[in-house]
Amino acid sequence: MTRVFIPLDTTALSLGAEQVARALQAASAARNLDVEIVRNGSRGMFWLEPFVEVETSSGRVGYGPVRAADVDALLSAGMLEGADHELAHGPVEEMPWLAQQARVSFARVGVIDPLSIDDYRAHGGFAGLQKATTLGAQTLVDEVKASGLRGRGGAAFPTGIKWQTVLDAQAGQKYIVCNADEGDSGTYADRMLMEGDPFALIEGMAIAGLAVGASQGYIYLREEYRQAEWVLGEAIRLAREAGYLGDHFELEVRLGAGSYVCGEETALLESLEGKRGMVRAKPPLPAIEGLFGQPTVVNNVLTFASVPFVLAEGSAAYEAFGVARSRGTLPFQLAGNLKTAGLVELPFGARLRSLLEDFGGGSRTGRPLRSVQVGGPLGAYLPASQWDTPLDYEAFAELGAVLGHGGVVAFDDTVDMLAQARFAFEFCAEESCGKCTPCRIGSVRGVEVIDRIRQGQRREENLIVLKDLCDTMVDGSLCAMGGMTPFPVRSAIEHFPEDFTER
Amino acid sequence: MNVEQEPTVAEVIERSAGMPGALLPILHDLQEVFGFVSDEAVVQIAHALNLSRAEVHGVVSFYHTFRRKAPGRYVVQICRAESCQSMGARALEAHAQQALETKTGETSADGRVTLEPVYCLGNCACSPSIRIDRDVFGFVDEARFDELMESLS
Repeated sequence: MTRVFIPLDTTALSLGAEQVARALQAASAARNLDVEIVRNGSRGMFWLEPFVEVETSSGRVGYGPVRAADVDALLSAGMLEGADHELAHGPVEEMPWLAQQARVSFARVGVIDPLSIDDYRAHGGFAGLQKATTLGAQTLVDEVKASGLRGRGGAAFPTGIKWQTVLDAQAGQKYIVCNADEGDSGTYADRMLMEGDPFALIEGMAIAGLAVGASQGYIYLREEYRQAEWVLGEAIRLAREAGYLGDHFELEVRLGAGSYVCGEETALLESLEGKRGMVRAKPPLPAIEGLFGQPTVVNNVLTFASVPFVLAEGSAAYEAFGVARSRGTLPFQLAGNLKTAGLVELPFGARLRSLLEDFGGGSRTGRPLRSVQVGGPLGAYLPASQWDTPLDYEAFAELGAVLGHGGVVAFDDTVDMLAQARFAFEFCAEESCGKCTPCRIGSVRGVEVIDRIRQGQRREENLIVLKDLCDTMVDGSLCAMGGMTPFPVRSAIEHFPEDFTER
Repeated sequence: MNVEQEPTVAEVIERSAGMPGALLPILHDLQEVFGFVSDEAVVQIAHALNLSRAEVHGVVSFYHTFRRKAPGRYVVQICRAESCQSMGARALEAHAQQALETKTGETSADGRVTLEPVYCLGNCACSPSIRIDRDVFGFVDEARFDELMESLS
């Protein structure tokens, strides 16, 4: 029997993976071939999806992008023996794009069957939870602190310190909440992990439950991620059957409903409680008064998924990756106008230029790249002169930029940076929860001022108004929605002033 | 074949009314079954959860996902976020509006397609992306969009 891997990942499906799986099933039945199709996660080489891997005696061999119509020819060429073909890429682990990465959080994604507990265990799964059950709560929290793990949602807050606050809080009920509301454009790492290695998230949340004394967890998943919803539902069921979830720790997936601001942790909690996603004033911190007023750990998918490694391999092994205060690795997500876009997990400290050129392969349109937005819709636009800045939290903060959740969206030289700045305000107006004035009103005023600049009305004076408006939003907004919308706007004005003219 | 009878609004509400923070799960279930959240459903939810109608309306209207009127047979969402913008999503949306003779946010005259904006489908390595009901499609240029629309009954 030959095992063939065809991803069930959303992007692979969006390019026809389901049809390829069906075609292979039908063709191997017709040819009397003994083939087992395993639906894995994606390796993150999305320009090659649907990417089909065949298990051979000398390792897994990759083919892509495979269309359903290619299947017959591939079988005839000897795909099941790993034979050469114009779609063949040889041994997958040796493909330079993958071999140059440091896959820690994504070590299993694309490799294992995401819905096989045996496969997960064979790749080190549940070793962290096993160890956690032998350690006391404080020891667990200390271990996470020592690893230097910082929240991966974007704010990079030290995870161990957050957990300590929840551990120290006295309450009858505490909660573990996973922020899986991955709304930033250009990001898909959470989705890939949930679809490709869901038990890692489940294990990380269960460890968090042990560490702080919480018996109930919720995964707040964005509604747009229906495939992840299905995979998580199956994985939770399997974990429950195997005894990893149950009375000691229960887990439930709750769907968001298309609101970007619900990725902000207090709005997320309101939404989980069944209310409008209105941001709460802090303090009190969610760690003290979170879900239903109880102490709550809120962490991102990748933060939780990093925890099993920290426990199983020890905090020192995790801390060994990275630079200065940015420890570990960060999965960057290449997006937008790039030829070979996908998931690149590297230790902190790599250069943006290397992501764009070495991994991304330059623009897909063939035109020169001009501007790159890092860290989602609230992240700054970086001109070419800043592409050699090391990718770590502190170096980016010095530029007035953010790494955020690691999304990298590239634009070629046809981009109109005034239109991008206008979109930042337009998006903020659309998604603002409306609670604070700088965000609710400022975003609308921002669109109007930019429109006046485009119409050629008193450019210099309106630019001053715009800068003033940005200051007000940064200083006066309740959360990052209004407080960071000025980041893309300011960077666009500063680095691309030639676009802020009449047209 | 077993013809399953469509549940009533009350039955759908009943499924989740007991869980903590039940409102969003109820709204999702209702939309799943009926395609939208009717005025009548708002009244019944308010009653079941001991909320005012204004509170329920406030939640329904806050979230982009929930609809207050019936959509077309298919819901087509075109991504408007930055990654897709960098690969021509603005032009794709204009093309879609023209091809379907429907403005974004509206339903085509024949009731076939409701066209909606969406802000990121998490498919950003293969922009531009669209979603038809629950299925995401990547690398959607104008020709692929037209093919996909033709494949809908």
